Amino acid sequence: MTTPIATNTTQSIDTVSPDAAPAQHGAKAHTDGGWSGVPVQTRSARFASADVADFGPVTGREIVWKYTPVARLGHLIDGDLDGSSYDVGFPAVDDVSVEWVPRTDSRIGSAGLPEERASANAWSSFDEALAVTITGEDEKQVVVARSSLGETARAAHTVITAAPFSRALVILENAGSANLTENIEFVIGDSADITVVSLQEWADDAIHLASHFAVVGRDARFKHVVVTLGGDIVRVNPSVHLANEGGDAELLGLYFADSGQHLEQQVYVDHDAPHTKSRVNYKGALQGVKARTVWIGDVLIRHSAPGTDSYEQNRNLVLTEGTRADSVPNLEIETGDILGAGHASATGRFDDEQLFYLQARGIPEQEARRLVVRGFLIEIVQKIGSAELQEHLAVRIEEELLRSATVSGAAPLASATEGASA
Amino acid sequence: MSVLEISDLHVSVETDQGTKQILRGVDLTINEGEIHAIMGPNGSGKSTLAYTIAGHPKYHVEGGSVKLDGEEVLTMSVDERARAGLFLAMQYPVEIPGVTVSNFLRTAKTALDGEAPAIRGWIKDVRESMTRLRMDPTFAERNVNEGFSGGEKKRNEILQLELLKPKFAVLDETDSGLDVDALKIVSEGVNRAKENTGLGLLLITHYTRILRYIRPDFVHVFVAGRVAEQGGHELADRLEDEGYDRFLAGAPLS
Ligand SMILES: Nc1ncnc2c1ncn2[C@@H]1O[C@H](COP(=O)(O)OP(=O)(O)O)[C@@H](O)[C@H]1O
Ligand SMILES: [Mg+2]
Repeated sequence: MTTPIATNTTQSIDTVSPDAAPAQHGAKAHTDGGWSGVPVQTRSARFASADVADFGPVTGREIVWKYTPVARLGHLIDGDLDGSSYDVGFPAVDDVSVEWVPRTDSRIGSAGLPEERASANAWSSFDEALAVTITGEDEKQVVVARSSLGETARAAHTVITAAPFSRALVILENAGSANLTENIEFVIGDSADITVVSLQEWADDAIHLASHFAVVGRDARFKHVVVTLGGDIVRVNPSVHLANEGGDAELLGLYFADSGQHLEQQVYVDHDAPHTKSRVNYKGALQGVKARTVWIGDVLIRHSAPGTDSYEQNRNLVLTEGTRADSVPNLEIETGDILGAGHASATGRFDDEQLFYLQARGIPEQEARRLVVRGFLIEIVQKIGSAELQEHLAVRIEEELLRSATVSGAAPLASATEGASA
Repeated sequence: MSVLEISDLHVSVETDQGTKQILRGVDLTINEGEIHAIMGPNGSGKSTLAYTIAGHPKYHVEGGSVKLDGEEVLTMSVDERARAGLFLAMQYPVEIPGVTVSNFLRTAKTALDGEAPAIRGWIKDVRESMTRLRMDPTFAERNVNEGFSGGEKKRNEILQLELLKPKFAVLDETDSGLDVDALKIVSEGVNRAKENTGLGLLLITHYTRILRYIRPDFVHVFVAGRVAEQGGHELADRLEDEGYDRFLAGAPLS
């Protein structure tokens, strides 16, 4: 048996200007986790249960909550939740059905179980689950839209099942106000090719905690994209179980945090079968006082997954003072027989040389900045593989950028960590 | 007639060891349609001069002036200088991820002209310039300088020179790192731009090689942050034979 190796790199970047009072905003950059004597918790050993009563009270020190503003989430973590069904918009598409099904439906629970209390609270509270079933080998687009959830604290559950060999692009659109904790399951059949885009374009006051669980079939391809632009506190935690040989997961993310927004994602890829492949690529931009982002990326390569090929990265672009980006890649490897595994994480300011180059061609500073940010984020947009969605997101990113406060040439602040083993 | 006038220019940079004086009183006047070669050893301050004219924030002007048709350039922002008609072809062009060459060119052209170029004519101009510079048409849809070879980056600079039509261009070691074929292509591009627009050129180079293809009207030898000697093309020939040694003796070590 090979010795498991684990690497953990924590990177916290505060961009408080030196003259700002320290008390005004949060802690200074710090490091924790793997190196400080506390062993990295093995992700596979994490407790999971569908019953909220199995979870103790949340203190904010737990690994899943330590970066999250739990004080503002008590109602979703502990409170009573409205679990009734809600209005869903879905234009009819051949070979796709959307329906409400009872809690007893056999599909529920087949992709994963909650690992924290808000997720379990949602699981214990929903009345019916929204079931989306995809069949047919033709490429198609499915839109499932929610825009009137309202301010009541809610629970929701969704199960998306893709039959073997099926293909689809599924867009989950979220808009309007919300106060929601939910679980979404994806059961991807053998050789299916499914792309899911979860769009968080919530209203400014929305609070949204989501856990996504996917189980990927043999030789299936699963592309999962989290785009978070709107909302007050939005946390989307995708977890993908590569449980069958040849499964391929591409997890992409794009987020843009404005002043006061907390946008978080905890990504987990579990390589649990031979010749599985994963690529994780999340990119974020932060602008405005107390714009806050968190990215945690856990990749586990089990003994059962020889020939794994895995790479994860997170990059953040800091546009103004007063923001904070946390980026924590974790890699656990239990087998020596892998094709490749690596991670990278970097958070930095604008590259002044890029700005200079554009300005030296006559492009005014503000427009040059917009070009650079758009260029930084567009990589993810282009990987989604839908022209229509690409167009939509380009416009939305433009809108975010126009909110941009004037930024004067800030002192460079950049750091990066890279790690790889193969 | 346009004129670019550099007088008594002093420039420093901040380094870990403190402020470092680089330019020590540069005087240089370039008229429209003239080609001035600036030749000098490594570290003599040639790029510093180029960047200072373009307005790079790293370089601090301690004294002197740079005037374009009588207007002080040094108080202008970087983009204002470009819009006033200055262009810098960089020694090390910068990569801009996610911004395509065609988008970049169109955005720059629009910023310089104050209005978007007529689409059909513009696309034709871009395509023709690229063809003449032997750039594959696919470059238009690639991100600016990303994954370009050294030679491709330099061609991309000259493409911009041709399309953006400045009054004065500073070419900072555009020749370095080019094989002879690429050197010819790039030189032809520069000569064409000059013929078409009558721009004035400041051609910075370490070697005399490019001067076989772009014939300078004046040659300035740059040593330790100032012009040590000037003359006509024959000075370049002399440098080719003798090297810079004659000038380096007694020069303050930087
Ligand atoms: N940004 C900088 N920081 C520190 N030193 C610099 C910087 N730019 C230039 N220098 C120094 O100034 C001198 C002139 O550099 P440069 O203008 O690049 O010369 P050249 O282009 O003639 O080779 C060199 O000694 C170089 O090391
Ligand atoms: Mg140089």
